[in-house]
Amino acid sequence: MSHLVDGEPGSRHLMMGNEAIARGALEAGVSVAAGYPGTPSSEIIETLAKAAEARGLYVEWSTNEKVALEVAAAASFAGLRGLAVMKQNGVNVASDFLLHLAGSGTRGGMVLIPCDDPGALSSINEGESRHFARLVEVPLLEPGDFQEAKDMVKWAFELSEELQSLVMLRSVTRLSHASGDVTFGALPEGQPQAAFHCDGFVLDANEGAVMSAPVDYKHGQQHDKLKKAEALFETCPFNTYTGPEKPEVLVITSSACNLYSREAIKLLDVEGRVGLLKLGTTWPIPPRLVEKHLGLTDKVLIVEEVVCFLEDQVKILTAELGAQVGVKTFFGKRDGSLPMVGEMNPDHVAAALAKILGVQAESVPEEYAGRAQEAGFVGAPGRELTFCPGCPHRASFWSIHNALELDNRKGFVCGDIGCYTMGVLPAGFSTLKTVHAMGSGTGVASGFGKLGPFGLDQPVLSVCGDSTFFHSAIPALINAVHHKSDITMVLLDNSGTGMTGFQPHPGLPRDALGEDAPAIDPAEVCRAMGARVEIADPFDIETTQQVLLDLLQDRKGVKVLVLRQICALSPEKKGKKLYEMTLDQEVCVGENCGCNRLCTRIFRCPGLVWDHEKQAARLDEVICTGCGVCASICPSGAIQRREVA
Amino acid sequence: MKNGTLTSDPYNLIIAGVGGQGNVLASRVLGGMLTGKGYHVTIGDTFGASQRGGSVMSHIRISRDASWSPQIPKGRAHMIIALEPTEALRVLADYGNPKVQVLCNTRPIYSVGVICGELAYPSLEDLEKWVRGLSEKAWFLDATNAAMKLGNPIFGNIMMIGALGGTGALPVDRQDFEAAVSRDMSPDRVQVNLAAYDMGVKMVEG
Ligand code: SF4
Ligand code: SF4
Repeated sequence: MSHLVDGEPGSRHLMMGNEAIARGALEAGVSVAAGYPGTPSSEIIETLAKAAEARGLYVEWSTNEKVALEVAAAASFAGLRGLAVMKQNGVNVASDFLLHLAGSGTRGGMVLIPCDDPGALSSINEGESRHFARLVEVPLLEPGDFQEAKDMVKWAFELSEELQSLVMLRSVTRLSHASGDVTFGALPEGQPQAAFHCDGFVLDANEGAVMSAPVDYKHGQQHDKLKKAEALFETCPFNTYTGPEKPEVLVITSSACNLYSREAIKLLDVEGRVGLLKLGTTWPIPPRLVEKHLGLTDKVLIVEEVVCFLEDQVKILTAELGAQVGVKTFFGKRDGSLPMVGEMNPDHVAAALAKILGVQAESVPEEYAGRAQEAGFVGAPGRELTFCPGCPHRASFWSIHNALELDNRKGFVCGDIGCYTMGVLPAGFSTLKTVHAMGSGTGVASGFGKLGPFGLDQPVLSVCGDSTFFHSAIPALINAVHHKSDITMVLLDNSGTGMTGFQPHPGLPRDALGEDAPAIDPAEVCRAMGARVEIADPFDIETTQQVLLDLLQDRKGVKVLVLRQICALSPEKKGKKLYEMTLDQEVCVGENCGCNRLCTRIFRCPGLVWDHEKQAARLDEVICTGCGVCASICPSGAIQRREVA
Repeated sequence: MKNGTLTSDPYNLIIAGVGGQGNVLASRVLGGMLTGKGYHVTIGDTFGASQRGGSVMSHIRISRDASWSPQIPKGRAHMIIALEPTEALRVLADYGNPKVQVLCNTRPIYSVGVICGELAYPSLEDLEKWVRGLSEKAWFLDATNAAMKLGNPIFGNIMMIGALGGTGALPVDRQDFEAAVSRDMSPDRVQVNLAAYDMGVKMVEG
């Protein structure tokens, strides 16, 4: 960590892509950085927060992505360099401000870094942020390796100042969460001063009010900026070509796909036949540069994740340049050479290239592959995702599930985004029945709650995490209260943003910089809205279920149950046991218990294992975190807990 | 070979385990040892939601002079370090080849499906037989149990790195390990980690 700030210019370090991006921002002299946690982007803000004191930065975890972009933009308006960071779908949240920021223009360097998740490695979508660059018309950059992840961030700030426009720089999971060698540059000296000049002529970009109107004037200006960007991109050093002068096949690519394409070309040993045009500037693409390379080949393979973004642009350009460059044969996603969905890898690219060139990649002997597949299938039982041992959510869903069964009116729960999304899985007793965007559980529930007159008589619940509550559930809840929608919201308050690594949020008494901050109590907020609010400890299963049943009977408007218990992975809790647990295999009556093996078949905490030989449950002391919950689940009293002093 | 060169360039190593086992920590330590020696290292980690009991993998590419993709092409691993035995098979299915070597921690971590009795977990004998049949050479170590004697199962990962050092498959040794961990650990923690490393080396000797 220390080398992040102390590392000498010219020194080489193994860095995670997100750390490289953060170092790039430091080398650019960023003053303000704001974001909302989301995999794979979170480490950028975390890393900058660690460097904040030494480098005199202001860093915050904002309540949501739109606010993060607004906070960073304010720095730019005051002449400082501002950075906003978010995961791909966070840009959707920020998009309204994004559109207007693109129109208003910026002053100090202003960069937005979205980190996309092709293949949805830790998302429930593989949405693309690149389209926003085209949609709101701002320049888009994509680093093609770890060094560039750092260097291009610095350049993005310079470009933003030169154009007086927001610049987007897009990363992906396989850059953000992968690590590689990065050579450092120098850190700037001195602390820039902020001043907001706003009393000048309204159309003055540096002295007037900052806004996207008058639209015809500002939109026109924006297009002038894009033309200028296009011209700069023609000679940008981050657009590179490697390969023969007249390649048989030209690969056009960007981002992590650059690394896969490079590897695939080596793998097939076709360096002499294939050229690689790696674009670092992907919106707008530099037309003259691409034209030059199109003119030297007949076949073009476009490699990218996830949707056809480059492919569309290159095809449009080829159509426009028909007379000059002639007819090309295109390969990529649209013709099926590469898969339309999921993440790319060297094998996909190699397969596509091999087919186009009529060569064969050396592969594992068929007999071996068959055996390996079979052993993997038989010998490696699947690992379904589950809550951590001792996770409060497992206990919460257990109670919600049981209360709904007892209530017996086919009640259902609208889900939301966080670790508790796993409530759709058996790990959460398949309790969640809808899952969409941040805050949507309560919004959708608000709508279901108004369907009574149409005959919907099932109880409607929603769940929402504490961070999600502040992010976007508040407007939904206000909507439900105001419209007297009959719903119960269960607020799973685990004191942090558990899913992404426990970042603070407005409900906690500290901020991203570790400083004291006024905590906002979600329960009080809900009360102020006029909802009926109850609070319980999810580890106290009996009380939780009782309160829930009671709330389900109350059919007058919005009820909120706050279930409060800290995440098992939180720094405060990790490694500390509340209870010393014992499981007496003599007392456990196994399949004869009549409980249908509540402990291991249904509750499924990884700390409890079904012992086939002894035909009884067993505690795994390496995995059990001593939350004590399972003691109240075993009807035979085989599981006992003793409080740890 | 100890202070010599790489047997292949790039040398492709996979560390596989289950969320929460400390995969990323292990890949970082090894990465630190190799960059300390001047090698170019690229690491592709999968983590995130997979923290919660899912399979996790780190792809480590080691080269004298170039950076490689954070994903190893299928069937091209040279060494697999499995922190959990069934994960060795899962990785072999995609990245194995007749020349691959495997270092396998024998402590099982049962998936939810196994815990609740829906899926069967193979016997250790079968696991060993399959892994041996799919590799040029394989070592099976009870690292987690040994680590618990040192006070924390997480030292099992360090033992696996010690074992890797002991196999001589890569040009790294105890000094490189010490240098790498000394950078960000207090001296007493370095000592326990060195003890774990040494135990790992012993486990593959003879
Ligand atoms: S990280 Fe926290 S909230 Fe998420 S599954 Fe683990 S214990 Fe539960
Ligand atoms: S006490 Fe029971 S429920 Fe809690 S972590 Fe241990 S085994 Fe799991």
